[in-house]
Amino acid sequence: MKAVLALADGRVFEGKGFGAAGEATGEVVFNTAMTGYQEVLTDPSYKGQMVTMTYTQMGNTGINPEDIESNQLYLSGFIVKEYHDHYSNWRATMSLDAYLKENGVVGIQGLDTRALTRHLRDHGAQNGIISTVDFDHESLVKKARALPSMAGLDLATGVSCEKPYHWTEGLWDLEKGYVHPDPAALKYKVVAYDFGIKLNILRCLVSAGCDVTVVPATFPAEQALAMNPDGIFFSNGPGDPEPMTEVIENMRKFVGKKPIFGICLGHQLLGLALGGKTMKLKFGNHGSNLPVMDLATRKVEVTAQNHGFSVDIVSLAGVCELAHENLNDQTVEGMRHKDLPIFSVQHHPEASPGPHDSHYLFGRFVEMMERHR
Amino acid sequence: MPKRTDIHKILIIGAGPIIIGQACEFDYSGTQACKALKEEGFEVVLLNSNPATIMTDPDFADRTYIEPVTPEALEKIIEKERPDAVLPTLGGQTALNTAVAVAESGVLEKYGVELIGAKLPAIKMAEDRTLFKLAMERIGLEVPRSGFAHNYVEAMEVVKVVGFPAIIRPSFTLGGTGGGIAYNMEEYEKMVMAGIEASPTDEVLVEESVIGWKEYELEVMRDTVDNVVIICSIENFDPMGVHTGDSITVAPAQTLTDKEYQILRDASLKIIREIGVDTGGSNIQFGVNPRDGRLVVIEMNPRVSRSSALASKATGFPIAKIAAKLAVGYTLDEIRNDITRETPASFEPTIDYVVTKVPRFTFEKFPAADATLTTQMKSVGEVMAIGRTFKESLQKAIRSLEIGSSGFESRLFDITNETRRALTDKENALLRDKLRTPNCDRLWYVADALRSGKEIDEIYGITGIDPWFLHNIRQIVEKEEELKQVRMSASCHGEECGHKNGEMRDILREAKQYGFSDKFLGRLWSMTEEEVRQLRLSLGIKPVFKRVDTCAAEFVAYTPYLYSTYEDECEADVTNREKVIILGGGPNRIGQGIEFDYCCVHGVFGLTKDGFETIMVNCNPETVSTDYDTSDRLYFEPLTYEDVLSIVDVEKPVGVIVQFGGQTPLKLAVALEKAGVPIIGTSPDSIDRAEDRERFQEMLHKLGLRQPENGIARSFEEAEKAADRIGYPVVVRPSYVLGGRAMEIVYGVEDLRRYMHTAVQASPEHPILIDKFLDAAIEIDVDAISDGTEVVIGGIMEHIEEAGIHSGDSACSLPPYSISSELAAEIARQTRLMALELKVRGLMNVQYAIRDDIIYILEVNPRASRTVPFVSKATGRPLAQLAARVQAGKSLKELGVTEEIVPSYFSVKEAVFPFVKFPGVDTLLGPEMKSTGEVMGIDDDFAMAFAKAQLGAGVKLPLAGRVFISVRDADKKHIVTPAKKLYDNGFELLATRGTAAYLQEKGITVKVVNKVIEGRPHIVDSIKNGEIAMVINTTQGAQAVADSFSIRRETLMQNIAYFTTVAGAKAAVDGILAMQQRRLDVKPLQDHLGQDKEMNTGE
Repeated sequence: MKAVLALADGRVFEGKGFGAAGEATGEVVFNTAMTGYQEVLTDPSYKGQMVTMTYTQMGNTGINPEDIESNQLYLSGFIVKEYHDHYSNWRATMSLDAYLKENGVVGIQGLDTRALTRHLRDHGAQNGIISTVDFDHESLVKKARALPSMAGLDLATGVSCEKPYHWTEGLWDLEKGYVHPDPAALKYKVVAYDFGIKLNILRCLVSAGCDVTVVPATFPAEQALAMNPDGIFFSNGPGDPEPMTEVIENMRKFVGKKPIFGICLGHQLLGLALGGKTMKLKFGNHGSNLPVMDLATRKVEVTAQNHGFSVDIVSLAGVCELAHENLNDQTVEGMRHKDLPIFSVQHHPEASPGPHDSHYLFGRFVEMMERHR
Repeated sequence: MPKRTDIHKILIIGAGPIIIGQACEFDYSGTQACKALKEEGFEVVLLNSNPATIMTDPDFADRTYIEPVTPEALEKIIEKERPDAVLPTLGGQTALNTAVAVAESGVLEKYGVELIGAKLPAIKMAEDRTLFKLAMERIGLEVPRSGFAHNYVEAMEVVKVVGFPAIIRPSFTLGGTGGGIAYNMEEYEKMVMAGIEASPTDEVLVEESVIGWKEYELEVMRDTVDNVVIICSIENFDPMGVHTGDSITVAPAQTLTDKEYQILRDASLKIIREIGVDTGGSNIQFGVNPRDGRLVVIEMNPRVSRSSALASKATGFPIAKIAAKLAVGYTLDEIRNDITRETPASFEPTIDYVVTKVPRFTFEKFPAADATLTTQMKSVGEVMAIGRTFKESLQKAIRSLEIGSSGFESRLFDITNETRRALTDKENALLRDKLRTPNCDRLWYVADALRSGKEIDEIYGITGIDPWFLHNIRQIVEKEEELKQVRMSASCHGEECGHKNGEMRDILREAKQYGFSDKFLGRLWSMTEEEVRQLRLSLGIKPVFKRVDTCAAEFVAYTPYLYSTYEDECEADVTNREKVIILGGGPNRIGQGIEFDYCCVHGVFGLTKDGFETIMVNCNPETVSTDYDTSDRLYFEPLTYEDVLSIVDVEKPVGVIVQFGGQTPLKLAVALEKAGVPIIGTSPDSIDRAEDRERFQEMLHKLGLRQPENGIARSFEEAEKAADRIGYPVVVRPSYVLGGRAMEIVYGVEDLRRYMHTAVQASPEHPILIDKFLDAAIEIDVDAISDGTEVVIGGIMEHIEEAGIHSGDSACSLPPYSISSELAAEIARQTRLMALELKVRGLMNVQYAIRDDIIYILEVNPRASRTVPFVSKATGRPLAQLAARVQAGKSLKELGVTEEIVPSYFSVKEAVFPFVKFPGVDTLLGPEMKSTGEVMGIDDDFAMAFAKAQLGAGVKLPLAGRVFISVRDADKKHIVTPAKKLYDNGFELLATRGTAAYLQEKGITVKVVNKVIEGRPHIVDSIKNGEIAMVINTTQGAQAVADSFSIRRETLMQNIAYFTTVAGAKAAVDGILAMQQRRLDVKPLQDHLGQDKEMNTGE
């Protein structure tokens, strides 16, 4: 099955289709993680995007029932160098191709993904279209150009849960699978705002001793505070934080009242809620190998990241201080409120996929809640 | 944390000679370390006995000690140099063991020297099996069930717990020496005792077999503030049970989900922290049960390893260089990534290609060796290939090996003409055997199993090779079938073939993306490689070149480290400078190793001085030449006609140099020149004139020079006739070989018949050469350099062993220690004559034999030889560098090279052998090369230089004790003098009846001991009982050789000094006397060179 990928700036790549047939559109980004495509596929932060995997061999480990970060696939297209239908892994139950088909995600393989990545690096992430029906380059480019820009899009509200729910599953273990800790051990009551939350964040919170209630993005602060939580968590999610004015307004109501921890989009929203600014990066960070320094300990952690926007720390002068720094591009990786028990990070301490170096941040959140009980 | 300022002078320990399990990767790591520390302003002192290394070039350290890598020599150097610190983690197991020895004996403490990189407790914890096991238990990690044994009784107890099959791992040995897998009690008893003997601490670990489990390796780096990063994950194609050095390995790991990979990563971090490796790289090996993911830790190397070199080349992350900087206090985030320039080294490289390493074996050199692959490493080299997919990289790796394979040739089918068919019972049995028992051909048999229609599950069941890999090979085999169909439906090619052009283009392009070589396609289509190439080019199918950049294109790469693939975008970004391509030597093997890489690297140095852009092509991940900052541009590619031409097409160099990389590039020279490639230096025609027997004879005749009586034969009848005319004994060999492959001394017609059978197989296209064997002649090696008008002798080397022993296996001395100056002058004259006649531009090597003051020419090679690095070290004149400049147009006069440098001191080169790795193999030397590496000893007198070379080679020359002598009749008169010297200097002598009688007759007191066939107690009993300090044993004739085999083998196993030639024994005895008279002294190369007035005029 032939497939064509066209970018808004006119660059076109030809390849073969796999997964679902048809047309898919979205912002084309790349991810440099060499493992964990299943987690990438199920990460809600990829809503509205088509992901190019820079590593070339995909499908090798198939799909298993465990390695999911949400209950559906959010990205709209999957772009790889070579798809392997013959998977080999003791936990696998189906092929990547079947999984994409089942979930209606269009895949393209056999194209020069390195050329595509270099193009995105040099010209910036941009909209694109994959088609297995229309092979006319001009027509495809035109369609890609007609797509709305990611900047200014509130995608998070759309992927948030509809009503609050309680979460009790902890981190995965090779022998036991996902662990369900004794409820008595979950001593810290946390309300987690879902802007497209990855399940592993919830698992990390539970394993750190939190009793987690997940609430929709628009859940009123008053109701959350009425639950008398020990801390508030703001999750990751897709899109631009700026248009989410109501959410930001709602978030402000927690400031000074409860310890707060934010990740990725949650970190950016927090920046805005505290009166700062955010900006779109020319090309964000999408991978599992990015060095970050915790400025408190001067230690380097290798982190998983997936973001296209960033907090402008200068705009928060006097309110927040830089707590973590990205050592590759010196962008803001984490901040800490000068007076209040509030901190947040741009990267993904829950990893999945990625290294576990930053798991300690969940412990830090728990300590903070303990101190402010 | 910035660089430490409390240390100024650092001693780096090198790895010594190339042996199995420790090859040129440690020159790569050591060279990087020297460069990095010098760059940081430290004074660098280096100890390494291996002259063929770049790191021992006088420019790379401030004080270079080419001395034995032993605790004694190290102590002397410490005493003399008083370094602040010793860095032991970059010179392999040898360096680590030597450092441990001086740390434990209190030498480091005595002189206030600090171990940096890894401290003693960390080294001990990683290396000592008990401590390691306990450490793993502390951090909650499993190791295979196991127990230790130090004797028979303990061994029997342990195996009860462990069960069969049981893995035996001797403690503190290198490359798993003495280890193995026992499947039953009989094997176990034998192996466990051998293992205890092989271990320096008389200890073996007997371990639960995890054979068939998946095997992974992670390369880990840690800095002083405990930042830890993983550089690379590696998955073994061959499952557990095959030493990782003998396994095909793939980077990154292919069949792990992120959850499973992170388990390995977390475990690696815990391990490096628990073991407490301060800074630098470590390699950790894991076994993973493919059924449930259960993880066991196999082992950890608390140092830079062979896998580190591979990981460095596979990712572009220079592990050794960074390790050196971390050792002096830097943290990972303070060090820049050279490739991206903007980002720090505190990240984890991510790659967008697949790397495959395939080991290279030389079992053909040791027919008596067991070729089964086990936990003891047997390969002598390796190749690495980069492709965008596993299939592409695997096929590129196969053709990089230079074993006559250009893809998945079949062992059972005629792939050109046969379509799929069922196998006969006999073929099936063979196939199953080849799949079940790991061996160096298994990869090809896997393809045949698939061709025969076997299912993946069945092959997986037999081999344990992960189905993912098998599926990829199946795709290759299926593609092959498809490609055959194309030919079958089209008798011609190109546009007229019935296929539309576009269709043919798609098919061929896909085949190239699968990694098929032009040559293999030619085999499928009955076309020549060149015809396929032309067809391919006419269809517009050319490779593009992508960059290795550590970051999967996330950042701009500033280093042109390139590999080919068949895709859209080319990143070669060719410059418009004048450029020269140097073709490297490919995988290490016996006969072609680090010496040639040394020459290639020097070629780069020389051409850089003359302003050329230098381009290196090579596929050996262990080497300095494949370091991305050695040359201006690096192409990590197979050295085949197709791959080299693709690079030439893109780069359009003004010259290509083929004379540095040994036989590998030389074999391509004629075809490349024919294809219009500008080969510079000595012309391929001149090379042919020296290689072609008949043309060479004509030349010698014209010059009035003499060679041994000889003949040429294309059949047995011709050979018999020629040998009769010349007279036995004769030396027979195929033409065009390096390392004396299949060369033998033949004493009679029966011998000759047997030889012709095997040799013709060894080299079908080429005739057999027959020479008179000059018994007891002195052999001389000469390296010279010429610019076409001037010839300067680089060095004249006199061999210690007589002619008949391969020059690569023979010890030699520079300058000569016994020939007259008249003879030396005559040799120089003859060398000049030939160089000019052959119009040599660059290097030339000549081998001479002298008997009764008559000079015979044995061989002329107008190219860089194995001895070039040794000569360069001994004289301080960088021959290869000068040769490259001459080839690119400079005259010797311009370079200031006018006269031979004859040093006032002696340099002795000694060869090092792999016999200990191959049970059942005899240690006798002959015309076929068997050594893997070499060492050098330097001293003001010959005897001491020889002794040092022996010590460097690991030969324990005794200063007292009992010496056993048993020599053939022809040698008896020659052994009297050395025997008397030994006796007069306090040694006791023991001899077999005949030798004893002869010596007693000459008035020397000798005790008689039984030969093995004479009944017990015999000599082997004495050796086993530790009563013998040295053995001198020469033999002739098949029966005598067989009778004395057990003596030599036992001597080897006991690590007792032994000599199998009288010449070697004589030199050793003089060396022993020298050592008795004065203590061993150490002196850096810089001082040796400096003391000579005739300083290096090349620079």
